[in-house]
Amino acid sequence: MEVFLQQLINGITLGSIYGLIAIGYTMVFGIIGMVNFAHGDVFMVSAFIALIAFLILTTWLGMTSIALALLIVLIVAMIFTAVVNWMIERLAYRPLRGSFRLAPLISAIGMSIFLMNFVQVSQGPRNKSIPPMIQGDFVLLDRNDFAVTLSFKQLVIWGVTAVLLAAFWYLVAKTRLGRAQRACEQDRKMAALVGVDVDRTISVTFIIAAALAAVAGTMYLMYYGVVSFADGFVPGVKAFTAAVLGGIGSLPGAVIGGILIGLIETMWSAYFSIDYKDVAAFSVLAITLIFLPQGLFGRPDVEKV
Amino acid sequence: MAKERSTASQGIDITRALRDAVLTGLLAFVLFLPLIGFQTITDMRGNLVLNTRWGLLFSIVAVIAGARLAYAVLLAPWLSQRKLRPVAVTPSPWRDFLGKWIIPFAIGFAIVYPFVVVGTVGFGGAVKWIDNFGIQVLIYVMLGWGLNIVVGLAGLLDLGYVAFYAVGAYSYALLAKEFGLSFWILLPLAGILSSFWGILLGFPVLRLRGDYLAIVTLAFGEIIRLVLINWVDLTNGYAGISGIPRPTFFGIPFNANEDGFAAVFGLEFTPVYRTIFLYYLILALAFLTAFVTVRLRRLPVGRAWEALREDEIACRSLGINTTNTKLTAFATGAMFAGFAGSFFAARQGFISPDSFTFLESASIVAIVVLGGMGSQVGVAVAALAMVGGTELMRDLDFLKAIFGPTFDPTQYRMLLFGFAMVLIMVWRPRGLISTREPTVFLKERKTISADLVGQGHG
Repeated sequence: MEVFLQQLINGITLGSIYGLIAIGYTMVFGIIGMVNFAHGDVFMVSAFIALIAFLILTTWLGMTSIALALLIVLIVAMIFTAVVNWMIERLAYRPLRGSFRLAPLISAIGMSIFLMNFVQVSQGPRNKSIPPMIQGDFVLLDRNDFAVTLSFKQLVIWGVTAVLLAAFWYLVAKTRLGRAQRACEQDRKMAALVGVDVDRTISVTFIIAAALAAVAGTMYLMYYGVVSFADGFVPGVKAFTAAVLGGIGSLPGAVIGGILIGLIETMWSAYFSIDYKDVAAFSVLAITLIFLPQGLFGRPDVEKV
Repeated sequence: MAKERSTASQGIDITRALRDAVLTGLLAFVLFLPLIGFQTITDMRGNLVLNTRWGLLFSIVAVIAGARLAYAVLLAPWLSQRKLRPVAVTPSPWRDFLGKWIIPFAIGFAIVYPFVVVGTVGFGGAVKWIDNFGIQVLIYVMLGWGLNIVVGLAGLLDLGYVAFYAVGAYSYALLAKEFGLSFWILLPLAGILSSFWGILLGFPVLRLRGDYLAIVTLAFGEIIRLVLINWVDLTNGYAGISGIPRPTFFGIPFNANEDGFAAVFGLEFTPVYRTIFLYYLILALAFLTAFVTVRLRRLPVGRAWEALREDEIACRSLGINTTNTKLTAFATGAMFAGFAGSFFAARQGFISPDSFTFLESASIVAIVVLGGMGSQVGVAVAALAMVGGTELMRDLDFLKAIFGPTFDPTQYRMLLFGFAMVLIMVWRPRGLISTREPTVFLKERKTISADLVGQGHG
């Protein structure tokens, strides 16, 4: 019971990070129908940007307030990652829009390889670790010498994720921009005919996706305190799994899928085998796609002749 | 042209070009500021500290802004002028000649290549050029041709192709080590085992289409790799399997002993003979793949693959069993990957899960798509350009003279590989060879544009 509770807390934390990345996949897939393979690496780049911003603030400027530093790091990472993703869309995906189906996918895979190796070359292949930013925890339950704890950094992740999701939901559901986005998702040509600037809307989608990935990247860095150039691929695939599980194209689905994947992963590590936790996540991906391709909240794909 | 343009408009062009260049430079500055401007390094006490690299950052920004300016001032007018010129309708005779003779020439060159290398650099340097360059490129040509059956002909996007390559490699390694079977028995066996896995993994995913199929195959590829890592009893995990028996020349081993290849044929012993033998082995396997593909395209099953790629629903309504058709494509593709895998294990003598990462799958898919899906010549050209090009990067020592002794060109291999993938896709989304030879034709064979060929829905 205690183990379960602890893993539940850990799983939700991990799942929040996956959910934030998954939104990027699901939005981009919804609007241009492409699996943005480079998204996991954009997440990794954002973690590096956060790392550098954090080091500038603490070691050069001598900032002592961790809360303020974290806030600044978050904003800086969001801005720079947004620029990176906007540029990627402009250079690697936009020229291929309307081209045959595989072209943007291959371009995205190329971009993913490029980003990974760019970070490796520019920052070195070693793991980068920083001292823990936030320490301390609440002891929720202490029985049979097993303390169930909720650490402050987990609380921060929950809080930041919840606030950003709320802001993001408002953006998509209530603003003009969100309406344009949903219109493009349904029918790009029609949306263009009624005066929606499709190119701009797609750019903004990539910017939002990157900003949320940057939040995930910052949280990842804060939670684990270590990041390396190869950290983009596996979280990327798991977040994609989350997006598929929730039903690709569905925003609440992405978040719930993310939390489910986080829970599956932590529970699997706790009760079965930690070595095979990635196998569990990949199997969920395969099983969902085979038996429930529309996901939990997605629309079924209707085939027309 | 230059005379017709007024000086005023030229002046405007220049200001605009300058403004664009400055904006591009600014953007590049923002883009590269965090990751190039700062470098995280671990200091003596194990703490992360920052270094700045303003010089590097500003030179990159200057190069990018300069390139943008050069594009606007020099390249853009030339391109727009070229657009105005009428397009030549009749193909040039030179191109016709090239189209007819390029394939026999390439095959001939591939056959004499080891002798050319030995002739030019002697026995000492030949191993490097035949092994690192020739064999490496041919492995990818073969894998590309194998995957071409699945992706190019049947239109099923497989991102986990390397799993079958791994099955082939591990089958050979384990069976050869445990039971001492010869390479020539295990080669077909590895192919059979791989195609069995192809059917096994292909079966559940056949209902999926397009991107979904790609992702599931990716997941299967990763699962196989993770099992290879974690099933230590069988595969020895990360450490891999070493001491895999090498293939022999009809029972004659390539070593310096009395009964070795060199001694039997009365030659002086050098390791080059083994390399040349391996080169011809993979060349023969690659040709086998190409030949089988060409012949299969004429069989009913090959035509069914191409029909499936063009329109699955029409296929089904014409009575083609799509499940069997897809499974044969998967199994045939996997079989060639199994052959290539057992060759790989025999050539390396050592295999570990590191050789079978997603990056490998992505590279093979990239080679097939960049070459032009379905075009065998294109796949070979793409493999030569991407694999050969990155292999050549390994010995560009003159770059050290330019960038200083700490500059290591091998680091930039995969960086440029990824960049080239994006660049080629943007430049030619249909791949390098964008014409296709139709399988079935009326009266005479005409090449058709790749734009008219369906790319399959999965």
